[in-house]
Amino acid sequence: MSKVIIIDDESLARSIVKEYVQKHTELELVAECGDGFEGVKAIQQHQPDLIFLDIQMPKINGFEMLELIEEPPAVIFTTAFDEYAIKAFESHAVDYLLKPFDQIRFDKALAKWQEQKEKHTEKNTKELLDSVSQSPSQSQRIVIKDGSKIKIIPVQDVLYLEAADDYVKVHTKEGYFLKNKTMGHFEKTLPENLFARSHRSYIINITQITRIDAYEKDGHVAVLRTGAKVPVSRSGYGKLKEVLGL
Amino acid sequence: MASSPLASARFRTFFLLVWLVIIIDQAVVLYWFGLPAPVAIIDSVISKCFLLLASLAIINMLRFYMPRRENYIHLLSWVLFFTILIALLEGWVLNVVFGNEAGYSQFLHHSLAVRVSLDFLLLSCLILFTVLWFHQKEQQLQEERKDDAERMAKEAELFKLRQQLQPHFLFNSLNSINALIGSRPDEARKMVQQLSDFLRGTIKKEETQWVTLQEEMQYLQLYLDIEKVRFGNRLSTAIEIGENVSEMKLPALILQPIVENAIKFGLYDTTGDTIIKIIASKDENHLVITVLNPYDPETATPQMGTGFGLKSVQRRLYLLFARNDLLQTVGKENTFTTMVKIPQNISTEKIKDKQ
Repeated sequence: MSKVIIIDDESLARSIVKEYVQKHTELELVAECGDGFEGVKAIQQHQPDLIFLDIQMPKINGFEMLELIEEPPAVIFTTAFDEYAIKAFESHAVDYLLKPFDQIRFDKALAKWQEQKEKHTEKNTKELLDSVSQSPSQSQRIVIKDGSKIKIIPVQDVLYLEAADDYVKVHTKEGYFLKNKTMGHFEKTLPENLFARSHRSYIINITQITRIDAYEKDGHVAVLRTGAKVPVSRSGYGKLKEVLGL
Repeated sequence: MASSPLASARFRTFFLLVWLVIIIDQAVVLYWFGLPAPVAIIDSVISKCFLLLASLAIINMLRFYMPRRENYIHLLSWVLFFTILIALLEGWVLNVVFGNEAGYSQFLHHSLAVRVSLDFLLLSCLILFTVLWFHQKEQQLQEERKDDAERMAKEAELFKLRQQLQPHFLFNSLNSINALIGSRPDEARKMVQQLSDFLRGTIKKEETQWVTLQEEMQYLQLYLDIEKVRFGNRLSTAIEIGENVSEMKLPALILQPIVENAIKFGLYDTTGDTIIKIIASKDENHLVITVLNPYDPETATPQMGTGFGLKSVQRRLYLLFARNDLLQTVGKENTFTTMVKIPQNISTEKIKDKQ
């Protein structure tokens, strides 16, 4: 028996997937969720083998929800219309169902998943998430799990980012939050007109900089409006000078 | 190539009048200087006929060859050329005609310098006027072409804006119908009907068409009914139509994207139930429609407030009224308000214009 969860904000959309799932005796539907918050909870609680996930949902979308899960289960995406997402699915060979879909199409997606599971060729959802997070609509905010709470931080509220082992500290006025992504990821996805990498371990929100001071021998620090001081390396100084038009 | 100024009847009349005045003027002056009246008149007619021919030649030359701005100096050489030509012909012909007249040759010789400078001035004035005239024509044509191009671009843009709003809604609705077919076939059938009516409304209406608020609200109701099936109990609506506003006019299909945005914003930004309020009222010469939806200022992403739907409405309003202040949004506490104002006095002109 494989455990499955359906996550979609429209109850009718959930009911049709449920109908198709119930045709398969090898599948056990353990939860139905109406938004990403419920989804995160249900996945932690039930540890499903497979989820059917809608993309456009309240508060956090399907991709943002997946980012919050340490070891995401196999996913079959369901979506009505999202050109960018579909491109990402295709390039990562993850199966997806375009609404409306019938039992035959559903069964095919399921068979593909089972085949991949047997051959241990399951697709890495992390790669998919990396690629979708580069879409313009995905780089406007950062979604972070803070204990049991989920925090949505609009990128303009981020003061600076700091590398911390496998995590990145996202500093805001309310303190910092940890996100399990790399600095390289943020450097690629954050809007260029707002952020610059000042140092191997730091990315600064340039609108927050009040001044850049010399520091020790040939280093610099950027002083933010909040008074926080962020190290600036030699090459970072050049970059900052360029973006700030100094 | 611009048409000649001579093609205009008003210009021809004016041109001939000026010519007659110049002839009379010269005859009077010659008479004043002591020439017998018949001689003065004939002399004047002959010399000004040459001027007339030169003028016509210059107008026609400019019609076929308009020098560039930096080559305007060429025009001066034309004037000089024609002035000298006139002087030579005039001197020769008048000498032949009045050679026997006592003292005429001498008078002609003395007055030639004055005649030449006068012709030079007159031809210069004419050339200046003609160049300006052709320039203005050229500019008018350019304006017209620009207007045409803008209008076509505008229509294409409006068409595109309308197209982009549909797919997500359409496919999700079909998915809901698909789900209803198995469990509640009667509701499925009803929704097919609603969806068809809604789509028919979208196809039938032109972006440039104006409708009454009542018609627009009927169309909007179809949309709301479909969304209610999709989102079930989570979505409810409250509509308040003020007195005497039902017959006010607005551009077709302008409300649906605003309400669509409010629903998305409301439903996608809150996990609880969502009430969308739509209020129509009158403010002097404007029909004012206010749409309110709940939102969470903490998590609302900035791009949602000015999402695609609202941007397209803003653009349409600008294309229709050349104003950017007709669509306003305010987020206050937990309510997001979108307000659209439709000018009414302009609308009646536009309706006539479009029909």
